[in-house]
Amino acid sequence: MDIVAVRKDFPTLEHSIAYLDTTASSLTPLSVIEAMDEYYRTYRASVHRGLYSDAERATRAYEDARAKVATFIGASPTEVVFTAGATASSNMLTYALEHSRQWNEGDEIVTTVMEHHAALIPLQQLAKRQKLALRHVPLGPNNALDYDAAHSLIDARTTVVSVMLASNVLGSIQDVQRIARRAHEVGATVIVDATAAVGHLPVDVRALEADFLFFSGHKMCGPTGIGVLYGKEALLADLEPGFFGGGIVEDVTLTEATWTRGVERFEAGSQNVAGAIGLGAAVEYLTAIGLPEIHEHVRGLTAYAQHALSEVEGVQLFSAPPEHNVGVVSFTLEGVHPHDIAEIAGRNGVAIRAGHHCALPLHHALRVPATARASIYLYNTEEDIDRLVHSVKEVKELFGATTAI
Amino acid sequence: MTDIYQAHILDHAQHPRNKGTLANPDVSIKGRNPSCGDTLVLELSFLNGTITDVAFDGIGCAISQAAASILSERLRGMTTADAAKLQADDMYQLLGIPITDSREKCALLALRTLHDALGAETGAPKNV
Ligand SMILES: Cc1ncc(COP(=O)(O)O)c(C=O)c1O
Repeated sequence: MDIVAVRKDFPTLEHSIAYLDTTASSLTPLSVIEAMDEYYRTYRASVHRGLYSDAERATRAYEDARAKVATFIGASPTEVVFTAGATASSNMLTYALEHSRQWNEGDEIVTTVMEHHAALIPLQQLAKRQKLALRHVPLGPNNALDYDAAHSLIDARTTVVSVMLASNVLGSIQDVQRIARRAHEVGATVIVDATAAVGHLPVDVRALEADFLFFSGHKMCGPTGIGVLYGKEALLADLEPGFFGGGIVEDVTLTEATWTRGVERFEAGSQNVAGAIGLGAAVEYLTAIGLPEIHEHVRGLTAYAQHALSEVEGVQLFSAPPEHNVGVVSFTLEGVHPHDIAEIAGRNGVAIRAGHHCALPLHHALRVPATARASIYLYNTEEDIDRLVHSVKEVKELFGATTAI
Repeated sequence: MTDIYQAHILDHAQHPRNKGTLANPDVSIKGRNPSCGDTLVLELSFLNGTITDVAFDGIGCAISQAAASILSERLRGMTTADAAKLQADDMYQLLGIPITDSREKCALLALRTLHDALGAETGAPKNV
């Protein structure tokens, strides 16, 4: 991977920011911006309805984007639903499942303590409404999931199992296939939050044995406001829509409606056409560079960052080994709140994040109120990490100086 | 850029005054900063409409901790009526540093919690 060339693709980097906040949102390469710009400038139209040439071209571009995304995750285009993002996917899926099934009091949902609120809370709410028990796989040694506990938590009462592929705090990659196999043994449906993983690792829905999987475009070089919900074709066929409105109906009377077949059933209302086109361009961009190359680059910098930060006295790392990490290095500095680290880093042009990263239960399990998080992607360099480490040392000095008073 | 990490802020953050709990508070109330998960418990004792004792506990960044510490010093001996009138600008003045939008919630957590506490005690409207 030619890092100099890659960096030229990202206009934001021109103002010499050390951008280490990709897990919140990645930067956008020119090719993605240009693809959306072209749509807005030359064939701006809604999809699936117009009979004029711009509308036909827009529809083709939208469906091309779907096909690209499908190939990218090993799915078929008939299994890829465009949404507004991971949070929208997760909520819509939960509603869709709720409307589509018979729930019995005492049925169980199994998830993990490391989930992002976007995956966790819709299931909490479903459990409350339907009086289901919500169970959580705890952390085992080295903050990995406790797979033995998962095995026994998932049993005949389990109807849904939800697990994240990569943690947005620890960077760790979960053995989703192992959990999915156990879930399928007991007939449960498997939901995978792949938001922190897609764009970092080759993701193959069949290899993972996922029934449903979701992610956002904006963390993988795509634009904001677009995401994906993958569903196994046979399961989508039996699923009620999660949102209702135009574009999803076969027939409508004053009191009833029936749904179209296929993925359109889950895309009610006018769609984010530019977003989908941008996401398609992002997939092309990442594929051209190569996910294995990206992961290798990120792995190297993750190791570099972990090493450099661990040399600073008082730093505690919460970060999976680089080989099994999507480039997330969370840490604390003794005696200093992570917000103050992020603020001082920010003044030095180093973009990191501080807080609980929408994973409060995980922070409870880790026994820290908050962490500072640096996240690494294809455009980062050792210099970015050096600037971070320099800032952490500055924080230490600033706060250390008064402790001595 | 004017430094927000001035000596008095760091001093209050690292050596907070009135940090802990009261034996028999008249009111004990929890405040939260939902964007970062910071929590604060503020405890007050009253006598004849005057704040006689104050303590706070919790976890937060230097700004939120310093704000709670500085505010707690200001509150002891103040009437609840005057305390209820304290505004965001008063808090900024007490802190004596420029507060940007991204740190506003940190700077005002203690004041918001105070207003909640006084609302609980006096029924006064929350005005932050
Ligand atoms: C693992 C994970 N899941 C879900 C989400 C939610 O994504 P979005 O905010 O794009 O809907 C995020 C992003 O914060 C994430 O990191």
